[in-house]
Amino acid sequence: MSAFVTAVLVLACSTASADPPALKAGVFDPPRSAPDFSLSGSDGRELRMSHYRGRVVLLAFGFTSCTEVCPTTLNTLALARRKLGPAAGDVQVIYITVDPQRDVPSRMAKYLHAFDPTFVGGSGTEEQLAAVRKSYGISAEKKIVGDDYTYAHSSFTYLIDRGGRIRALMPYGHSPDDYARDLSILLKE
Amino acid sequence: MIAGALVAVVCAGLVPIRTSSRDRVFEIPKGTWARRMSGDKVEILPDHIRLTLGLRDILVLRNHDDVPQIFGPTLMMPGQSFRLPFERASEYQFACTAHASGQMTIVVEPTPVTPWARIYWRARELLHAAT
Repeated sequence: MSAFVTAVLVLACSTASADPPALKAGVFDPPRSAPDFSLSGSDGRELRMSHYRGRVVLLAFGFTSCTEVCPTTLNTLALARRKLGPAAGDVQVIYITVDPQRDVPSRMAKYLHAFDPTFVGGSGTEEQLAAVRKSYGISAEKKIVGDDYTYAHSSFTYLIDRGGRIRALMPYGHSPDDYARDLSILLKE
Repeated sequence: MIAGALVAVVCAGLVPIRTSSRDRVFEIPKGTWARRMSGDKVEILPDHIRLTLGLRDILVLRNHDDVPQIFGPTLMMPGQSFRLPFERASEYQFACTAHASGQMTIVVEPTPVTPWARIYWRARELLHAAT
């Protein structure tokens, strides 16, 4: 009983709260290099992560037939870029499909253009995409729905700095303001 | 002794809660991968985690093992940590292949402001610390 009393008093009288972290996103320490890959870009060119060194990259995974998570995330990223003004020129959104059967580069280009014409999509073979997902710790599970199918997939977005390091992970549901704030911090580095 | 307990409960209900750290830490110990390979069922991260806004609202994951591990929503390298703050009370779902359900749920509760809520929070923290 006396231990309980002491513990409660210690908890009641403990010191002030620590400062909140600088980024709204979850931060990796130390950050690791973003694994490179070679996929078919929706712009008709080879898509490699290493091509974007010197810019801040927002990397998301999904599929164009997604009706919930992906449209919300892509719209959020588009709004965040607009909030940045001219600085958005140094921010690249890369969206890699988990559904190569339907998401050929031309379909991805049309889909992404509706959100922001600067967005680039990546597609490839099942094996190529599985390797990319593994290197980034992304899950994607195909689920049959009647005569159709859908995917349950990781819904977060990676924030990759100008040096090509995975600095942070923004969970699904954050606002364009949160993204714009974190991007501003990374862009100043 | 009873008077002391009563004072403690009253304090627990009336004194605003302050914490020295807002981190809720989960760590993968060194050797976890080897233990799993030898057949041990090692559960480190529960599939439901409760956090409290303003008090214990930062999820911290650390991988002390020698190999990369899927930990919670993400892949973590050996020696790497991940610090995820929460700013809104809500329920958050993450895909997590480490759990049989394929999902990890983080419930972020509002800051306790009533006496009963403070007592409940402090009692739960004590239980958490004891386990």
